[in-house]
Order: sequence, then structure tokens, then C-alpha cells
Amino acid sequence: MGIIEVNNVSMRFNLSKEKHESFKEYFLALAKGRLQFDEFYALRDVSLTVEPGDFYGLIGLNGSGKSTLLKVISGVYKPSAGSVKVNGTIAPLIELGAGFDMDLTARENIYLNGTVLGFTPKYIDSKFDEIVEFSELEDFLDVPLKNYSSGMVARIAFAIATITKPDILIADEILSVGDFLFQKKCEERMQKLMSGGTTVILVSHSIEQIERMCNKVAWLEHGHLKMNGDTKTVCDAYKLTEK
Amino acid sequence: MANLKLYTKDLWRYRYLLQNLITRDFKLKYRRSVLGVAWSVLNPLLMCVVMYAIFTSIFANMKGGNIENFAVFLLIGQLLFNFFRESTTMAMESVLKNAPLLRKVYIPKYIFPLEKVCFGLVNCLFSFVALLVVMLFTRTPLYGTFLLCLYPLVTLFIFCLGIGLFLSATYVFFRDVMHMWEVFCTALSYGSAIFYDAEQMTGIVYYIIHLNPLYWYITAFRSCALWGEGLTPVMIAVCGGCALFSLAVGLFMFKRTQDRFVLYM
Repeated sequence: MGIIEVNNVSMRFNLSKEKHESFKEYFLALAKGRLQFDEFYALRDVSLTVEPGDFYGLIGLNGSGKSTLLKVISGVYKPSAGSVKVNGTIAPLIELGAGFDMDLTARENIYLNGTVLGFTPKYIDSKFDEIVEFSELEDFLDVPLKNYSSGMVARIAFAIATITKPDILIADEILSVGDFLFQKKCEERMQKLMSGGTTVILVSHSIEQIERMCNKVAWLEHGHLKMNGDTKTVCDAYKLTEK
Repeated sequence: MANLKLYTKDLWRYRYLLQNLITRDFKLKYRRSVLGVAWSVLNPLLMCVVMYAIFTSIFANMKGGNIENFAVFLLIGQLLFNFFRESTTMAMESVLKNAPLLRKVYIPKYIFPLEKVCFGLVNCLFSFVALLVVMLFTRTPLYGTFLLCLYPLVTLFIFCLGIGLFLSATYVFFRDVMHMWEVFCTALSYGSAIFYDAEQMTGIVYYIIHLNPLYWYITAFRSCALWGEGLTPVMIAVCGGCALFSLAVGLFMFKRTQDRFVLYM
């Protein structure tokens, strides 16, 4: 049995032409019979099984549904059709810095973000030094986050999300932030988690990175699962169409 | 029933988040102010002074006869009504304000309205210091029934939570709700017997006021804290009933719509 089972998932968005955000607009549109929506399928009938210990890569062009799939898996979206089964804890690294309050200091944010991810304050206490050390921001701990650069925010976010040993780590293009030294550090951390049995799903536009790190790859195109299999086969096919 | 169990389990898992969010709100509210937390006591105190001055001078004959110990009478009404207005208004905006977070991480969504109502309650508890100060100042006797005012307070909390859940869900789909609620609250503040005695009203006004749940919460609180009369069975029934009804409607509405929130934020 897979650690993540995605069964025939479709995700439909209503792209209303005009968004009806007030009663007046809504009822006017209703009266005129114009309350129609443009339906848009971000995912269509996608099935995927991730086995424990997999390092799964997701590739595809912009707007092909990669992020939507990650959000469906992590429970942010509820699929319009189909089902998702996840057997384990998830550490989501979808757009770093979600759950940070820019007015709070880094120290306060570590606790806030940690609890967003479901850790206990005691646990964060015990890992606090490790987080600070990993993010290399000792000197800025009591500075409000709004004064941080985006790279610095990313460091802290990555450090918090990976202190625990999650069963599943979901990473959405996070490694593209930060300087190359930090990117290397993140990759090492992910490899370490992997050897501890963590399953990783990674979205990246860097095909080299996918080839280097993943053992399986899924290729999405316009919401359909175009290809799914071992890294070499899928990446070779993907690179062919790219040219 | 299984659903309810799942909910409480979720809430237990995220209890520290709730706690952290409340701390954050509290810190941010008083950050960079010289007097800091003292404002949560000073603010209601000064407000009370203003209201007291107005209703004993300009509108002296509007307060409906001679209410004994008007300062405490007024302050209780104000504190409870402010708790209601503040917590429901903040709860209403809470889900939408946290849209960036809800779009990225899974968190039980009801955490946000719940947190705001809790934050409102914390503020309200702080301002009770002001109430105690005024009670001391006016030499109001402290009755044994004072402890009973926990009942209207707790039921009011549940009442606010239900309304907060309902409003926050509606607000995601229709932004008009905010403006309507603002006006509604102002209207309600005049119908809650904050600065007059409802018993001296006659005719239809009397009935309208008695249909207002807030009137009952405020009166039950006064009865315990100010008059030392404790709770009548009617008060217990109305306060508890309104709270449960509001919570049921709020939860129902929230649960029915929450999966669609993400699509509208």
C-alpha cells in the first residue's frame, strides 16, 4: 500500500467572469440569469501512488497543475472528484513563509510557524538552537521579519519545517530561493531525511535537480497526468518536447 | 458524532496554535505603545467616564429615571456589548484575513474565528479590572452572587462564537456583510439597555428589547454582579438557549461552506 494514494482526482475551479462579491451584484446576476461560471479543471482524473521512501518529482510547464496537486495532497484543497489517502504526517513546504507574521520577530515567528505545523512549544524549545543554527540567522533573531530579505525568510521557514522527521515532505520550488550554498544545505538536509525514511514530493523547474534527486517522476500537462514512471524515462521524454 | 470527535481531536492537536495566535494578537495590539497592556484597563475606564459624563449631564433625563449606581450599571453594559461587537467583528474578518495561510497549509479553518472570540474574551477579562476599580470607587458592595456572573459570560462567549462562525463563513462569499454588521451592531447597541433601564420602557419598545439576547446577557450579569440577586430560571434558559442555538447555526453554516472557502479567497 502506498503512503499517498491519489485516486482519479479532479479539481475544478469556478472562474466566474466577474466575481460576485456583494449581494447586489450577486442578485442582479441571478435575476438576469447570468450566474454562470467558466469551469476550469486544474486537475483531471489524476491517479498516482507514492510508495514509502520514494523521492517523487513533479514536472510540467507553468499552469499544468503541479501546485494544485500538492495542495490537494496536503489537504488545502478538497478535490471536486476522486479521493486522496495519506498515511502519515505531512510537512508542507508550499511557498515558504506561509504562517509568518511580518510584524513579529524571527524568534516569535519560529514558535508561531511551528505551531501552525502542529508542533508543541516544548518540542520547538528543544529544537530551537538547531533551527537557528541551520538558518544561520543568530544575529537577527529579534528583528521583525518585515526587515528580512526573502532569502532569509526562506531559510527560517525551511529550517522549521524540517526539524521534525515527517513521514512526507512536500516541497514546491523551494530550493530556488536562497544562495547556492544554502541550496546545497537544503538538498543535504532532504537527502538526510530521505535516508531516515521520509518520502519526498518535489516540484521543480530545474530538470537537472529532478534527475539528480528523484527516483520517480510524474509529468503533468494541462491537468492530465501525461507520464509517470522512473526518472530517466520521463525526463528524457520531457526534454524531447522541450526542444 | 464521529465527526464531533474528529473535531475535538483536531482542536486538541492545534491548541498551541490557538494559544500562539492569541499571544500574537495581544502583543501586536500593544506593541510600540508606551502604556502597553495598561490600555486594556484604561480604555474602558476612560470610555466609561465619557459616557457617564454625557448621560448625567446632557442626556440626564434620557437614562430613564434614577438608576442606582449608574456608573457600574453603564460599565457592565458597555464591557459586555464591546466584547460582543469586537469579537464578532474580528471573527468575521478572520478567515479572509488568513487567506494566504489557508491557501498553503492545512489548518482547521474554524481556528481563526475561535481565536478571535477568545482574544475578545481575554480583552474583556482585562477590562474587568476597570469594573472592579469603578466598583471600589463607588463603594458598591460585593455580593456572593458575583461569582455567578461567570454563567452569562460563558454563555455570551458561546453565543459570540456561533455568530462569529456564521459571519466569517458568509463574509468569504459576500463582503457586504461587514457593512451590514457594522450598522446592525450600532442599532443593537441602542436596544441592549446599556445606558437605560429596560423595565421603564413601555409598549412595543419593551418587547423589542426583551427579544434581544444581548439584553439578557447584560441583565443577567448585572443581576449577579451589581444587584446581588443571582440568576432567575428565565435568565438561565434564555442565556443558555441563545448560546446553543447560535453555536448550532454557526457550526452548521461553517461546516457546509468551509470546503469552498479556498476557491473564493
